[in-house]
Amino acid sequence: MNSWINLSALWRIIVVGLLAGAGLPAIFAFGLRALASGSGAAAVGTDQDRVVGGSRTGMTIAALCFAVVLAGIGYGIYFIVKAS
Amino acid sequence: MSNDFILVLVVITALAFDFTNGFHDTGNAMATSIATGALPPKVAVGLSGVLNLVGAFLSLSVAATIASGLVNTKVITLTVVFAGLAGGILWNLTTWFLGIPSSSSHALIGGVIGSTLAAVGEHGVKWHGLVQKVIIPALLSPIIALCIAAIGTYLVYRLTQGINGKTRTHGFRIGQIGSASMVSLAHGTNDAQKTMGIITLALISNHTVASNAKAPFWVILSCALAISLGTYIGGWRVIRTLGKGLVEIDAPQGMAAESSSAAVILLSSHFGYSLSTTHVATGSILGSGVGKKGAEVRWSVAGRMATAWVITLPAAGAVGALTYYAAHGIGGSVGVLIMFLVVTAGGVAFYWQSRKTAVTSKNVNDEWAGTVSPPSTKTPVAV
Repeated sequence: MNSWINLSALWRIIVVGLLAGAGLPAIFAFGLRALASGSGAAAVGTDQDRVVGGSRTGMTIAALCFAVVLAGIGYGIYFIVKAS
Repeated sequence: MSNDFILVLVVITALAFDFTNGFHDTGNAMATSIATGALPPKVAVGLSGVLNLVGAFLSLSVAATIASGLVNTKVITLTVVFAGLAGGILWNLTTWFLGIPSSSSHALIGGVIGSTLAAVGEHGVKWHGLVQKVIIPALLSPIIALCIAAIGTYLVYRLTQGINGKTRTHGFRIGQIGSASMVSLAHGTNDAQKTMGIITLALISNHTVASNAKAPFWVILSCALAISLGTYIGGWRVIRTLGKGLVEIDAPQGMAAESSSAAVILLSSHFGYSLSTTHVATGSILGSGVGKKGAEVRWSVAGRMATAWVITLPAAGAVGALTYYAAHGIGGSVGVLIMFLVVTAGGVAFYWQSRKTAVTSKNVNDEWAGTVSPPSTKTPVAV
C-alpha cells in the first residue's frame, strides 16, 4: 500500500471483478449449454428451433447454473444497498 | 436575498448537468443491447431510465465526498460551484455532439477544479486526492474492464461452441438485458449522487444547511428524476458510437461486456473511487472485441475516444475557469445570471446543430460508415 495506489483495493477489484464479471457469464454460458443438451443439436444443429434440449440432467445443471448467476446478481444489489 | 437567487440558479444548473449526465451515459449500459437487438431502442432507454431512478435512491453513501475530497470546501462559493457546473455541461454537450463517450464525472470534476483554481488559486485544490482518486483510477479502470471482458467473452464463446443457435441467441439476449440492467442501476447509484453532492455543497456554502448535513430529500428526488429523464431521452449519438463504432457486437459479447462493467463499477465505488462509468464501459466493449476470435476492433475510434478522455479534465476546467472569471468580473448575482443565460444559449445552439445530422432511435443501428451520423439521415431507414 502506498499513498498513490491502494494496492490491496486494486487486487480485490481485479480478483472479485474477474469472478463476478467473467465468471458469472461463463457459468451462465455453461448453463445454456446444459439447457440445450439432449436435443442432438450440439452435434450438427438439427433442431434449431428448440430452446430447451430435453435432457433431465441437463436441465437440472442449467437450473443450478442460473441459480448461481441470480444469487450473484442478488448479492450485487445487496452490496449496493448495504453501502448506504 | 441575492444569495438565494444565485442558489436557485446553481440548483437549476446542477439539475441540467445531471440531465446531460443521464443522456450522455445511456450508452454505457444500453448501447450493446440496442446494437444486438436484444431490446428495441425505446424500451432499452426506458428500462435504463427507470433503473437509474431506482439506483439513485438505493445508495446515498458517497453523496458529498466527490467535491470534498478534491477541493477545499471552505473556499467554495456559489459562483465557483456554478462555474464548475457550467464547464461540465458545455464539455458534455460538445462531446455528445461529436458522439464521443467521454466521462461526465470527469467533466464535472474538471469544471469544479478549473473554477476553484480561477477563484482561489492552487491551494484550493487537493492535488493528491485528485491523482489518487481520479487520475490513477481513470487510467487503470478501462484496462481492468477490458481484460475482464476479454476473458469473459473468450470463456462464453468457448463454452457455448456448437450449441443450438436458438438457445444461444435467446439465452444470451436475456443475459444481456440482465447485465445491462445492473450497469444502469450502478450508474444511478454512482452518477446521480455526484450531482446530489454538488447541490449539497452549494447548500452548505450558502449556510442553508449545516456543514455536516446529508442531502435533503428534495435534492435526492430531483437529482434522481433529472438523471433518469436524461437517460430516457437517450444520447443516441453516443449510443451509436459505443454500440456500432467500436466493435460489431453479438449478444454473447454484449453480455460479457456489461457483466464486466457492472462488476468493475460496483467494486470500485465500494472502495470509494469516483471512476467514470464511461471509461469502464468503453474498456469492456473493446475487451469483448479482443476476446472473440476474428472480431474487428476499430482501434482508430478507440484512439479518438482516449484522446477525448485525456482532454476532458483540462477542457472542462478551462471552461469552468473562464465562466468563473466572467461571472466574477461582471460581479454579483447579475454576473451569474448572465453566464447562466450564456450556458443556456450554448445548450440551445448545440441542440439546433444536432438536428441537422440527427441520430435517433430509428437510425441508431445503421451500418457504421466512419461517422457518428449515418449517411442516410435525410431519409431515415426504418430499423
